[in-house]
Amino acid sequence: MSDNQFYDSLDELEPGHSTFLDSNELVLNMGPQHPSTHGVLRVILKLDGEKVNDLECVIGYLHRGIEKIAENRTWAQFGPFVDRLDYTAAVSNSLGYCLAVEKLLGVEVPKRAQYLRVILTELCRLASHQVWLGTHVLDIGAVTPLFYAFRDREDILNVFEKYCGARLTTHAFRIGGCRYDAYAGFAQEILHICDDLGPKIDEYRDLITGNRIWLQRTKNVGYISAEDCIAFGITGPVLRASAIQWDLRKKQPYSSYEDFEFDIPIGTAGDTFDRYVVRVEEMRQSIRIIRQAVEGLMEGPIIARVPKVIKPPVGEVYVSIEAPKGELGFFLVSDGTAQPYRVRVRPPSFINLQALTKMAKGSLVADVVAIIGTLDIVLGEVDR
Amino acid sequence: MPEVPEGNLPNPGAEKTAAAPTPAAAAPKPAPVPWDSALVQQLKNVFGSGIRDAATFAGQNYLVVDRSVCHEVLLNLSGQPDYTSLTDLTAVHYPKDELPFEMVWILFSMSANERVRVKARFADGEEVPTVTDRWVGANWLEREVFDMFGIRFAGHPDLRRILLPEEWTGYPLRKDYGAHQQDTDWVRKNLGIESGQ
Repeated sequence: MSDNQFYDSLDELEPGHSTFLDSNELVLNMGPQHPSTHGVLRVILKLDGEKVNDLECVIGYLHRGIEKIAENRTWAQFGPFVDRLDYTAAVSNSLGYCLAVEKLLGVEVPKRAQYLRVILTELCRLASHQVWLGTHVLDIGAVTPLFYAFRDREDILNVFEKYCGARLTTHAFRIGGCRYDAYAGFAQEILHICDDLGPKIDEYRDLITGNRIWLQRTKNVGYISAEDCIAFGITGPVLRASAIQWDLRKKQPYSSYEDFEFDIPIGTAGDTFDRYVVRVEEMRQSIRIIRQAVEGLMEGPIIARVPKVIKPPVGEVYVSIEAPKGELGFFLVSDGTAQPYRVRVRPPSFINLQALTKMAKGSLVADVVAIIGTLDIVLGEVDR
Repeated sequence: MPEVPEGNLPNPGAEKTAAAPTPAAAAPKPAPVPWDSALVQQLKNVFGSGIRDAATFAGQNYLVVDRSVCHEVLLNLSGQPDYTSLTDLTAVHYPKDELPFEMVWILFSMSANERVRVKARFADGEEVPTVTDRWVGANWLEREVFDMFGIRFAGHPDLRRILLPEEWTGYPLRKDYGAHQQDTDWVRKNLGIESGQ
């Protein structure tokens, strides 16, 4: 708002002349250090009172040059780096990268390793959705569910810790299979989590779903149509909440997902509330998958025969998986040497975030926070 | 031998695996084979020699097209009811080649459940036609390619750097940009330190 334009002339204060009551566009900076941006996202808002006229995202604050790093490491050495993309779902990243390199190598992963991968990746989806649920609901003003979600996530992180020694950046898988076999009591512990988590998800529902404030803050907020989702390349729960039944685990099964029975939950309204319902339902489906995988876990080797120095043949592949945030793809180019020639990460958060402007334009400023939360972005992946 | 892990953590599972024979070692190495389909035929009929190559590698289809027709090929593909979504768009730098920049568009068809990669080579400094007119989602992707490779897109509505600061000099994903290289002037001026390392 410029200060002097109101009082240039006293005439302007006369009725009919006044610019005093004209609404001026207020430019407001939000972030990068803002608790509701889930990291270091900066949003520049153009406001007309409470209404958002325009919005621009400024990203890159967490850029570490992951793709450049890859070109200076060996194929196996790059493995731990992918965990730092979406750090709330490190296991999924690891799976995506390993599958891509295995495709390039033409390696068949042993069945037991595939099942172990499914179990851990689905646990990771649960943990990721719990982080989303807790923080998203917290942003909108409900503090309690955060503690419930993080309490229950702890059980899953304990499994990761027992399995590979790390809780967040797990580096759970290796090219060709898994580095670690299931520990003693693995199956029982996971089945116990599955038994526990069902009622706990009911508890989340009781806390959140029927709450009037929650409904007012999420219904018809951040609407995006199915056509816009496709134009933006949006994937994952955001796409499914706009009534498109699309899930790579079903449509292009990888790592033995075809062995398991599960449904793809979809929404109808394409708003924040439907995205919430879809993600919570996905958690229930994940539990179903985990249960089947644990019960079907067969004996056998956990890693395929892979050369010590991995030198994939000259060529390029694009392999993608259904990560908790959407389609996570790896486009790899090999020149036949021990180092990748190019690694391109197709990050779901980056592509989904692009729709923020479209979704938030015309909404109220308080809804921007809800819309950032519902997109479920992780800045480690956006900025790479 | 399986991949040797970092550190020597005791792990009975891994030892057991090392002894177990795995048949995967004999799997043939993947190599590109020609890709022929009604779609390729139709494109060849329209664009003739503009379609340089159509092949399948590791079960994935790709098209190599001439840069003069790349935009038309992409629009033609997207105009079919099939390849309506742009999954990703990126570039690869081959500094020794005459046309050093390879643009890669990954298109996806939901109805056919298929992907196709379209590739075209460009000279350094040459402008690539934007696809933001067809897919709004290409906006940030093209900005990222500009940021990382210095490839300009003709017709892009808002071509600025996206991940790096706007005043940064150099394009990090070019092969001649060193792994430790940085814009030291920028770092000194804006961060007040000698090096970001």
